Amino acid sequence: MATAEELHQAAFQIGRANPEGRHGAANYLKRLDYSVLQQCIHCGMCLPTCPTYDETKLERNSPRGRIALMRRIADGQLDVTEAFGRELYFCLGCLTCETACPAGVRYSEMFEHARADIEQSGVLHNPVRDLVRGLTLRWMFAQPQALRAIGRLVWLYQASGLQFLVRRLKLTRLLPVRLRELEPLTPQVQRSFSDQLIRPVETPANPKQRVGLLTGCVQDLAFSDVNRDTADVLLANGCEVVTPPAQHCCGSIHAHNGELELAKQMARQNLDAFDLKRLDAVITNAAGCGTQLKNFGHLLQDDPVYAKRAAEWSAKVRDIHEWLAEIGIRAPAASIQQRVTYHEACHLCHGQKISQQPRQVLRSVPGLELVELPESTWCCGSAGIYNITQPEMSQKLLQRKLANIAKTGAPVVASANPGCSVQLQAGVRAAGLNVKIAHPISLLAHAYRGGQRR
Amino acid sequence: MHKVAADLTRMLGSERVLWEPEHLATYGFDGTPALYAQAGCIVLPETTAEVCEVVRYAAQNKTPIVARGSGTGLSGGSIPVPDCIVLCLVQMDRVLELDEKNLTIHVESGVVTQKVAELADATGLLYPPDPGSMKISTIGGNVAENSGGLRGLKYGVTRDYVMGLEVVLASGEAVSFGNKCVKDVAGYSIKDVFIGSEGTLGIITKVLLQLVPKPQAKRTLLATYSQMDAAAETVSAIIAAKIIPCTLEFLDRITVKCVEEYAHLGLPLDAEAILLMETDGHPAVVEEEANRMAEIARQHGAMEVQLAQSAEEGVQLAAARRAAFSALARVSPTTILEDATVPRSELANMIRFIQQIAAKYEVTVGTFGHFGDGNLHPTFLTNEKNTAEMARVEKAMAEIFDEAVRLGGTITGEHGVGLAKKYFLPRAVGNASLELMRQLKLTLDPNNILNPGKIFD
Repeated sequence: MATAEELHQAAFQIGRANPEGRHGAANYLKRLDYSVLQQCIHCGMCLPTCPTYDETKLERNSPRGRIALMRRIADGQLDVTEAFGRELYFCLGCLTCETACPAGVRYSEMFEHARADIEQSGVLHNPVRDLVRGLTLRWMFAQPQALRAIGRLVWLYQASGLQFLVRRLKLTRLLPVRLRELEPLTPQVQRSFSDQLIRPVETPANPKQRVGLLTGCVQDLAFSDVNRDTADVLLANGCEVVTPPAQHCCGSIHAHNGELELAKQMARQNLDAFDLKRLDAVITNAAGCGTQLKNFGHLLQDDPVYAKRAAEWSAKVRDIHEWLAEIGIRAPAASIQQRVTYHEACHLCHGQKISQQPRQVLRSVPGLELVELPESTWCCGSAGIYNITQPEMSQKLLQRKLANIAKTGAPVVASANPGCSVQLQAGVRAAGLNVKIAHPISLLAHAYRGGQRR
Repeated sequence: MHKVAADLTRMLGSERVLWEPEHLATYGFDGTPALYAQAGCIVLPETTAEVCEVVRYAAQNKTPIVARGSGTGLSGGSIPVPDCIVLCLVQMDRVLELDEKNLTIHVESGVVTQKVAELADATGLLYPPDPGSMKISTIGGNVAENSGGLRGLKYGVTRDYVMGLEVVLASGEAVSFGNKCVKDVAGYSIKDVFIGSEGTLGIITKVLLQLVPKPQAKRTLLATYSQMDAAAETVSAIIAAKIIPCTLEFLDRITVKCVEEYAHLGLPLDAEAILLMETDGHPAVVEEEANRMAEIARQHGAMEVQLAQSAEEGVQLAAARRAAFSALARVSPTTILEDATVPRSELANMIRFIQQIAAKYEVTVGTFGHFGDGNLHPTFLTNEKNTAEMARVEKAMAEIFDEAVRLGGTITGEHGVGLAKKYFLPRAVGNASLELMRQLKLTLDPNNILNPGKIFD
C-alpha cells in the first residue's frame, strides 16, 4: 500500500487539482458577479423540490441554505471550510431548484464557482481523493485516447467473461468496500466506439440541413450504439451529419467538480474540432453534455480569442429531441408495440428546460404507449459522479426512482442521459427487475429500421 | 460550543441541536428581504414533549425562543433574536387524523400546507386557504401568521378553518384549545388569541382544521381594461349582482409588462389592468355566474373578455396571474413584496395612489393582488445595495401604509407585522389597542422569551 505522501506525489505528477498549492486563495465566489448571488430572494420555493432537503429537512441541505453560505463567503463573513466543502458535494447539482426559482437564480453558476473555491482552498484535500481526481479529471476525461484505452480494457474484462466470473465467484469481496460498491456501476462497454460506427461525414439523399454530432465520453464508451442511432435518425430526417472522429470531453465533469479552468480548455478544444460556420446546428444526445455545451458562450465570455465563436456555438447547440421538434419529426412507418415510460434527466428538464420534446419523439413512434412516470423529474441519484462520491444518498434516490418505475408497469424506461442510464441499469439489475433502459432516439431509430417488438 | 447548545444537546441528543456556523447562517433569515440575525442554536424537536422541554429550559434560563416552520414569512417574524434558540418545527410533520364524518384534519404544526390540501383533495374535500408559499409553508406558520391567499373573498383566511390548537405556553406546559364541534361557547375562545400571534404568545404544536366539500365545477375568465377604474367598477358590479367569485385577481400595467417580457403570453401591453376571475360551485350555478360576469365586464368597459371553455383553457388564462410574482422578482436583485390592504371600494384609489407615489420617489413598483378582498401587493423592484434608492423605497412605503390606514384599511393583510412593519403598527391600530396587546403578551409570556421584539417592543 502506498503511503499518503506517495499518493500525493502521484497525484502531483499527473497534474494536481490545485496548481496554486494546497491552501491557495479561494476567490472564485468573490470574483463572481455579485448580482448572481444577490438574485436569491430566499423565498423558499426551491425547498420542496430539492432532493437533499427533502431527505434531511435541514436548511443547510437546501439550495436557499447553500446560496446563503456562498453569499457569506463572497461577503468575507465565512471562510471556505471543510463543512462547506462537504455541503457543496452533498448537493446533486440536479438544478431542480432553477426550475422552481421564481427569481431566475443561476444556481449552477454559483455552484460551479463554489466547488472551484473548495478545490482551490484544499479543505477537502486528502491523498486518495487527489489521486482519483488527478486520474479522472486531468487524465481520463482530459484526453480522448486515455478514455478509449480504459474503455478498451473494461471491454476486455467484460467480453472475456472475467466480469461474469468475478461476479459469479463473488471475487468482488476481495475489493475494499467502496470499490466493491462501485463495481456494479461499471457500464457495459461497447465493442466498437463511435468513430468506428460513424463516418466523418454521412449524407442522406436530399439533405436539408447540415449538423455536427457530438459523441460524448460515457456515451461513446457505453452507448456508442446510441450515437449510431442518433446519426441514423438525423439522416432519416434529412440532415447531413458531420462527426469528427476524435472529440474532446465537453468539460461538464470538470465544471461541476471545481475545475473551471480545465472546463474552459475543454470548451476551446471542442470549438476547434468543429467548423461551426458550415453547420446549421451542433447536436448532442446526452443531457449532461447539452447543458454544458450551451453554456460555452457564458463560460468563455471574457476569452479574447474564443468569446465570439463560443457565443455562436451556444446559439447553435441543440439537444437531439429539441432539434427534431424544431425541424419536424418524420413519422416512422413501422410500429413498436411497447409500453414505455420516460425518465427526465435533470440536465434536460431543469438544465435545458426540455421536457415535452422527448415525449414528442416517443409519441411519434406508432404503437408505442407512453405512460407517465410519477415524479419523472426527480433526480435518479446518478448526477455525474455523485453515485460514486455519495453512494448512500444516491442509493436512496435510485430506490425511489425504481419504485416509481415499478408503478408504471412499463418494461422499457426511456432516458436521454448516459449517466442516468448507467445508474438505472445498475438499479434494475440489482433489484432483479425485468426492465430495459433505452434512449428515446434509439426507440425511434429502431422504428425507422422496421420496428416490431424488441 | 455555546452553553445553551451544549445543554440542549445533552437533553435532546446531538441530532436535534445544530450550532455550527454553517448551520446557523442558514437559519438567519426568512423570506423577507435584507433581514438577518444569527441564533445561538437551532433545535429540531420531533414531539410536543421535546418542545415543552426546550421551552421549560428557556424559561428557566431566560433565553429567547424563536419558533419557525419553513421560513417563508414576509415580515421577518421568524428572524432569530441574536443568540436565541430557534425552534424549527419542520420535523413535527405527522398527519394525525383525517375525519371524513366531521370534515376535519388533525396535523402536527410542521406539516406542509400543500400536504393538507392534497389529503383533503384525495377525499373529495377542500382546504381553502392557499397562501402563495403553500408548497413549502407549514400549517403552524400559517396559523401563527393567519395566512390568506387567493380565495379570501369567498372562503376567508386560515383563521376561519382553525377549530383547535395545541400550544406550548411560555411556562413549558402544553395546552389544547377547541375541538371538532362547530358550536362551542364554553368560555373565551382562547385559540383565536394564538392565531396570528406570530410566535409571541405560545408555540403551536398541533392544529385541528376544518375542511369543506370540494366544488364540483369551476370557470375562469380573463378581462383586460384600459382604465383601472373600469376594472374596479366591474368588481363592484359583480358583487352587487350577488355573485361571490372564488378568485378576483388583478395585475397593473407594470406587472403586465413584466409578465409579458418573461412569459410571452400575448398580453396587451396597453392594458392598465387585467382581471382574472373564477367562480366555483354547482355546475349550473357556475355556468350562469360565469356568463353573467363576462357580461358585466363588457358592460363596464373591458377591452376584451375571454371565457375559458375547458379546464386547460382556464389554466392558460390563469398563467398571467401565476407568473406575476416570478416575473417581477426577476427584474431586480431585491424584491419587496408588500401587502397593504383597503376596503374593496377604495381599491382603484389606492392603486392610483401607489402609482403616484412610485413616480414621486422614482422607484419601480408593480402592483398585483386580490381585488376581491382589497389585499394589494405593491412590489418594489430595487437593490438593497443601493442605499439611496432603498431610502426612497422606505419613504414611499411609509406613505402607502399611511394612505391605506387613512382609507380605512390596514398595513398588512396577510404577511404579519414581525420586524418589518413594527414601526407602522401604532398608527394602524391606535394606542389603546396596542396597549391591550402588550398586556396580553405580558400575561402569557411574563419573561418575554417568546419571539421577543416582534410585532412591538
